[in-house]
Amino acid sequence: MNDEVILEIKGLTKQFGGVTAVNNVDLTLHRHDILGVIGPNGSGKTTLVNLITGFVKPTKGKIIYLGHNITGKTPHVIADRGIARTFQVMRPYATLAAYKNLIVPLSSPRVKRMVGGSLGDRDAVAIDILEEVGFERDAYVPYKLASSLPLGYLKRLELARCLALRPDLIICDEVFSGLSMAEIATMVPVMERLHDAGLTIIMIEHRLRELFRLANRVIVLNFGSKIADGVPAEVMEMEEVKAAYMGTEAVPC
Amino acid sequence: MTGATEATAGASPAPEGRRKERLDRGLKVRTEGLYAVNSYREITYLVGPRLLLILGLAVLPLLLPNLYWQRVLCVAGAYALLAISFDFLANYVGLVCVGGAFMTGVGGFTAGIFTYYLHVPWPISILLGTVLGAALVTLIWLPSLPLRGIYFAILTFMFPFLARGVILALGILGGTEGLGPVAGMDNIWIENYLVIVVLLVAVFGLRRLVGEDAGIVLRGVKDNDMAVQASGISVTRTKAKGLFIGSLAGCFAGAYIVHLYNFMGTSLFATDYSILPIAAAVMGGSGTLAGPMLGALILTPLSELLRGFGQLRVVLYALVLVGFILFKPEGLLNWLTRKYHQFEKWTKV
Ligand SMILES: Nc1ncnc2c1ncn2[C@@H]1O[C@H](COP(=O)(O)OP(=O)(O)O)[C@@H](O)[C@H]1O
Ligand SMILES: [Mg+2]
Repeated sequence: MNDEVILEIKGLTKQFGGVTAVNNVDLTLHRHDILGVIGPNGSGKTTLVNLITGFVKPTKGKIIYLGHNITGKTPHVIADRGIARTFQVMRPYATLAAYKNLIVPLSSPRVKRMVGGSLGDRDAVAIDILEEVGFERDAYVPYKLASSLPLGYLKRLELARCLALRPDLIICDEVFSGLSMAEIATMVPVMERLHDAGLTIIMIEHRLRELFRLANRVIVLNFGSKIADGVPAEVMEMEEVKAAYMGTEAVPC
Repeated sequence: MTGATEATAGASPAPEGRRKERLDRGLKVRTEGLYAVNSYREITYLVGPRLLLILGLAVLPLLLPNLYWQRVLCVAGAYALLAISFDFLANYVGLVCVGGAFMTGVGGFTAGIFTYYLHVPWPISILLGTVLGAALVTLIWLPSLPLRGIYFAILTFMFPFLARGVILALGILGGTEGLGPVAGMDNIWIENYLVIVVLLVAVFGLRRLVGEDAGIVLRGVKDNDMAVQASGISVTRTKAKGLFIGSLAGCFAGAYIVHLYNFMGTSLFATDYSILPIAAAVMGGSGTLAGPMLGALILTPLSELLRGFGQLRVVLYALVLVGFILFKPEGLLNWLTRKYHQFEKWTKV
């Protein structure tokens, strides 16, 4: 792996009233890492994503991305710097065809900057990206109305919306959950290809088998605190992890 | 996309064992989406309604019996622009703007000041009133753009009262008396056709915009503003662009009215300019842009007929609004479009 630090989090804390959703989390992420984040429901995973991407302002702590302090910056500024994220609760632009959903990120200042001028035919670029994440062009799936897509495609659409932004870091909040085994089996190679293409990835996932296959590093959150950090095989064996994560709930979802 | 069938809801009680089915006409399927249009019939099917609208508006002034009704058409045109503005902002930018009167007021006074004080020719004044007015409205409402739904609506509704109050209290810009005469167009045919041309430009221009990439970003803000932010686009800036475009139509209406009545005063902030366009938009069909325009062209003459009865006009708006919301929420144009594209038949079940 690469040595360049892409994301550094120091003492990150978020309190909602009396609830400490994220508690004093430190994290260093290197370029080209795939970091898995696991933890039971309500352990603060989504809040961590919201903090990194600016949708929630931290109570305490610092977030450094590529050497810039992005703590407290607005979401669109952070996205513009190159951090893309999916939403756990998907709300596509329902009145638009699937490929038209990607017109929004493709019209962003970041994309304009990165291609150095005009992208040409944005529709064609959008359809290419959708094909990359598994929309069958021959079956005209990219042309379907977003509101008519089944869950599996909505998850892919979320991923595609992130890719369209040409990010350096992509944060996936449970993109596998709700998918069938067969669908997950097609998504894993998609994630592998994105990684091979040079992306750094943070994956929040309950599907441990697939996650541990993809990730080179895993952290575990419990009640907002990071209780483990290491390579998947090590983390799997730690007693606290077993207790916090698998002990109470046999099949977390 | 395809010739989907759909059972009619409610309506008349269906006879035993039969059901009314709605089917898309084959032509509709042929003329949209991935297919290419390649016959006169298909082209006519597509262009027909648009041509009808253009020709209808073009001959309308010639069909009116007298000057009085030609004047009514002018006023109706101004309301129609406000209705289009409301529809565009509400359905394509997600800003429910209940302050049309603020646009007419700001646009009207801006244009009027150029003509009255600086003796600028009216076409230039109207242009300046439209563009500078829209910029001013956008600037003044900029801090309220992060507000959602009802809060933005309430705030915009209050602004015309605020502006009127300031003018009356300080006695500026003519105070209670207003200012006049403002040198105007002074030719009924120019007055009629100017507003008709602007209406057609607004309807076709906006309909085109909302299909293009810039328009899709606006609609994205309406559907899911978090996803737009996560795509590296500022929601506030996008809303501001949308508001500016929508205000152009509203401010033109105000600038036009000043040069139609040769007068500017606090009546430009009248609540009618905020309310009638909403009733017109609901009646004509939300989100169609052309529908709200038709709604205003129907509703304004009706309200004109009731002029003698004073407050009864407000009752009319209210009745139309309530009636359509309850009984025909899709509005006239959506209903007509459906009838145009589909046919109904009874099938056995
Ligand atoms: N906007 C919010 N307001 C108040 N409490 C919140 C908010 N978002 C999350 N929380 C609380 O923070 C905790 C962590 O939630 P979350 O980050 O969604 O967990 P996870 O994604 O791991 O399931 C939960 O107790 C949740 O109720
Ligand atoms: Mg979550």
